[in-house]
Amino acid sequence: MEPLNALVSVSNFMLIPAFAYGSQLALGALGITLIFSILRFAHFAHGDTMALGTAAVIGGTWFLQARGIGIDPLPTALLAVPFGILVLTGYLLVADRFVYRYYRKVKAKPMIFVMASLGVMFITNGITRLFMGVGETRFEDGERFLFTVRQFRDWSGLDEGMALRSAQAITIITALVVMVALFWFLNRTRAGKSMRAYSDNEDLALLSGINPERVVVITWVITAILLVLAGTLYGLDKGFRPFNYFQLLLPMFAAAILGGLGSPIGAIVGAYVVAFAEMGITFAWRRVVTYLAPEGMEPSSMMQLLPVDYKFAVTFAILVIVLLFRPTGIFKGKVL
Amino acid sequence: MKKMLLASTALAFSASMAMADVKMGVLLGFTGPIESVTPHMADAAEMAFREVSESGLFLGGETITPVRADSTCLDASAAQTAAERLISSDGVVAIMGADCTPVTMAVLQNVALSAGVPMISPSATSPAFTTTESNGLFFRTAPSDARQGAILAGIVMERGFDTVALTYTNNDYGAGFANAFEESFLAAGGTITSKVAHEEARGDYSAEVGQLAAAGGDALVILGYIDGGGSMLRTAYELGAFETFFIGDGMFGDELIASVGEGIEGTIGTIPWAEGEGTEAFNALAEAAGVQAGSSFTRESYDAAALLALAAQAAGEATPAGIAANILNVANEPGEPILPGELARGLEILANGGEINYMGATNVTLVGPGEAAGFYREYVIENGEYVTVQFH
Repeated sequence: MEPLNALVSVSNFMLIPAFAYGSQLALGALGITLIFSILRFAHFAHGDTMALGTAAVIGGTWFLQARGIGIDPLPTALLAVPFGILVLTGYLLVADRFVYRYYRKVKAKPMIFVMASLGVMFITNGITRLFMGVGETRFEDGERFLFTVRQFRDWSGLDEGMALRSAQAITIITALVVMVALFWFLNRTRAGKSMRAYSDNEDLALLSGINPERVVVITWVITAILLVLAGTLYGLDKGFRPFNYFQLLLPMFAAAILGGLGSPIGAIVGAYVVAFAEMGITFAWRRVVTYLAPEGMEPSSMMQLLPVDYKFAVTFAILVIVLLFRPTGIFKGKVL
Repeated sequence: MKKMLLASTALAFSASMAMADVKMGVLLGFTGPIESVTPHMADAAEMAFREVSESGLFLGGETITPVRADSTCLDASAAQTAAERLISSDGVVAIMGADCTPVTMAVLQNVALSAGVPMISPSATSPAFTTTESNGLFFRTAPSDARQGAILAGIVMERGFDTVALTYTNNDYGAGFANAFEESFLAAGGTITSKVAHEEARGDYSAEVGQLAAAGGDALVILGYIDGGGSMLRTAYELGAFETFFIGDGMFGDELIASVGEGIEGTIGTIPWAEGEGTEAFNALAEAAGVQAGSSFTRESYDAAALLALAAQAAGEATPAGIAANILNVANEPGEPILPGELARGLEILANGGEINYMGATNVTLVGPGEAAGFYREYVIENGEYVTVQFH
């Protein structure tokens, strides 16, 4: 029985990656939930606008690196985040002005909005690839590790090691800070309150003097901030590749729906549930169980519920189960 | 008027016949994932055809016109269409190509076999071609991964690792290579703790690595490409799952060292390689012709093209059947050894009824249809450089 080794092993291979991944999903899912509750449609262009924002950040990073500006040991990309937010806010507002505003004016059905966002998705997708290509771009610099496996092993004297990459640590911290800030904004500020009022009842909000266009603009700005942060953190952690960002759409939606569409806290909880389920169900528990099992009872099988290839199937299964049995999600959100 | 037109077309037709132009297809993935290496491969093949044409000895003064077509490397139906067009509308008598395993297999089974046109692939390395029935139409100058699997298994064993974990890229190349490795490794008394496929172009490989780590093993064998395989290697090293890595030929390249970083240090791998006077002769020729000799599979491409021309010469006619029947004769012993740049001498010997053993840039030895013997370089990565250990 070596519970410490078991804990370290499971942290290294599953808990830390899942926690970082969940934080990235949470930021994305928050955007989906905000757009759904305020603009009232499922934003399919979410993954690709995230890629576009990240592409702008990468452009800014290269610009800064070329001039030797950096914040070593932190990655330069963090400095370029405001630039990315600026670009993406502009892009989303232009998209809103030329695409979504019209449908809002004619009070189109949500499904038409969804199709419009699908169109925006394809265009955004093309723009990103035009600038970045389809291959992988790595833009991480600065110190790569907070501590490596070897350092941890030497320090703790355990058999198992554990590594914590800077990108993972930055992801987790940033996500927590942003979540707290978002809740403070929604609950404490006038703009946040007007957003929630608009979300609850559009007509009542109009009557009480809330300017809907202003609410829409604020929503897009917040979405841009969330998307650029999520995309940059994901890219720092796992490398930038446009197609992977598109693929994030599924787990992000699964997270938002699981938590309850329109509920910010639901989006966060949903994101972590999806991330831990994806990693946990496809994780081979043999090594961990071997440490925990009494002498002579070590498992001979891999103790793996599903092969690694089925990661996306886990997300799909979660989505289907939630839609079948609890369409409002954990926190009683709206029904898609 | 009509008659005159007819007559003039007939005249033009007979004129082109008199010029006696033999067409050979160059079917490579000019678009798609390997588009960066195929232009150099085509250049090398066309260099061989040019050498043959300019000698003036080919079939009594005929010339070879290469016709390029795009195999796309991935899209089997596009490759088949391209091959059909080469054969039916361009009238090629043989094909130098295709390149990637999946399209090569599709072209062979659906086009070349029914048309009876021989093909020599410079780069398809899947073991599947060794066992596929090709009616003696398919040859390759790149050795099969079955051989590389056996050699790599021997290297791993020799270095004292008898318990390893294995991961491969999830396609024909990876699966075939992994099976070949597994077979040889188990036969030599080794144990493979876990065999996990990985996909290319994923963001995160910690789950795959986690599974391999759970199974354990003294070293990790990665049979993949720089992209996915490189990410697997980096992730495995950073998570402390493995310290020693063995890699296959798909991961050879300077980008691997750049993208993986310090974890790559001490990694051991194999790659088909050629050294000796044939290679030097090829390098000199390529440099003179402005062809990038150092690029992947250029030597194999030159050899494939030269073999087609020499086989036609040995047959005495540029017909698909004649070429197919003579490829093994010109490639193997007995006969006068022929190196790159000596194609004219080879043509002359064949014209006089003699025999040649085409060595080419890669010491070509064909083991029956569909298989080349090949030589491998075993390297170890030290201080960010590929250092040769020995040749197999």
